[in-house]
Amino acid sequence: MPKITFIEKSGAEHVVEAAVGLSVMEVAIKNMVPGIDADCGGACACATCHVYVDGQWIEKVGKPQAMEESMLDFAYEPKENSRLSCQINVTVELDGLVVRLPEFQG
Amino acid sequence: MGSIVIIGAGQAGVQAAASARAAGHAGPITLIGEERYPPYQRPPLSKSYLQGELELSRLYLKPSNFFDKSAIALRLRSRVVAIDRPGKQVALASGELIPYDRLLIATGAPPRRLNVPGADLAGVHYLRSVEDCDALRPEFAQGARLLVVGAGYIGLEVAASARKAGLKVTIVEALHRPLARVAGPEVSDYFAELHRRHGVDLRFGASVEGFEGRGKVEAAVFKGGEAIACDAAVIGIGAVPATALAETAGLKTDDGVVVDKRAQSADPAIWAAGDCTSFPSPLYGRRMRLESVPHAIEQARVAGAVMAGTEAIYDAVPWFWSDQYHVKLQTAGVSDGADRTVLRRTPGSESASVWYFKNDVLIAVDAMNDVPAFAWGKRLIAAKARPDPKTLADTAADLKSLLA
Repeated sequence: MPKITFIEKSGAEHVVEAAVGLSVMEVAIKNMVPGIDADCGGACACATCHVYVDGQWIEKVGKPQAMEESMLDFAYEPKENSRLSCQINVTVELDGLVVRLPEFQG
Repeated sequence: MGSIVIIGAGQAGVQAAASARAAGHAGPITLIGEERYPPYQRPPLSKSYLQGELELSRLYLKPSNFFDKSAIALRLRSRVVAIDRPGKQVALASGELIPYDRLLIATGAPPRRLNVPGADLAGVHYLRSVEDCDALRPEFAQGARLLVVGAGYIGLEVAASARKAGLKVTIVEALHRPLARVAGPEVSDYFAELHRRHGVDLRFGASVEGFEGRGKVEAAVFKGGEAIACDAAVIGIGAVPATALAETAGLKTDDGVVVDKRAQSADPAIWAAGDCTSFPSPLYGRRMRLESVPHAIEQARVAGAVMAGTEAIYDAVPWFWSDQYHVKLQTAGVSDGADRTVLRRTPGSESASVWYFKNDVLIAVDAMNDVPAFAWGKRLIAAKARPDPKTLADTAADLKSLLA
């Protein structure tokens, strides 16, 4: 099973197993990773599952779709590598993915 | 610290339990739910789960070990039948008594029933629970005729899901436009047009007088005698707050359990959160009741924190969303009482927004495939701003300039 590393703002790391087919947000919720609220449950409606994709993974993860991109504009401290984790699907290619969490959500 | 008991294991109940723990409550927490499944999200029941795109486990709000890890006793398939306020305990249908020091009522708002002859026929559905959805899904056969009663969010979302599955869909609505209770005419027009374009037969001013069929529903009969044949029907005519327990226990209710800004009732040992509450909105300066997941979550965060001994006040801008076909509706604020609306729409574009004003103050925005309108609108509403309607209607104007 692919592994994903979530790194909190404090530096605390959570290395968790991620089932292919789930979203990265669902993986975080399943593993009780703090700092992902996901209030809308993955509907791309709330921007509270915001993550920063670590440098080397940006290309593999890909760019957000239009709706997600505009939601990100209103997330807390968006950056070039911001994504909503509910919109990233786990694939075998993403084994080893590293994402960082913002200090706050939405 | 005493014990916290929560009636209702929906979005609000679960959030309050988690927030009470997070705020440092060290005593026992018992979360009581009527249903057989662990706490789950309801919004996908009219969308992705209904369409068969998600398996049930993906709806669960928390992983299975969350409740153990957080020392929250989850009691499923358990119905509370009475609140004994003097004795500070709740009675379950089984006869068991559970004592509390602090109680949260998070019973939600089940569907309003349509009391007409034949409404109990097989094939006539309501949609609130996983079980309701699992019963409806087998009706989703290509070419089957589905009658949707009510053009609110549930009815429109079910209609969109049914069209996706290839059903023939008719929506009947007693009022004269869709979303009439929650949105302005411009939004109603937008969604009526969207559904017509997707092949839905929309009929307004039509009240169902009864259902007919031998064993299973075969037709709905309308005022005046007209009948529409169908293979199944879904009734989505609103929701009613589940306040019976509170009322019987002598708590004040007024279209919802009456609570204050801290989600507390007049009984200092009892709180309420979510769709079942009537709460004072500091932003709007009046009481309201909302049916909304974000509301349930945010009010429950306040309730959980306050029950744990931390002060908090519920003063969020309400918001909602709905997905139909490829259109995402995001609503900020509550448009009730608006005296002016402004439509912002680029001709030929599917992005559109409707801005609601009361005494020149922006009170709500409905945004269709238009995230900036939703997000800027939410900020402007929180600021009680008076954006210039002319600027708003001009799609060439930058929304950012309105916050200045």
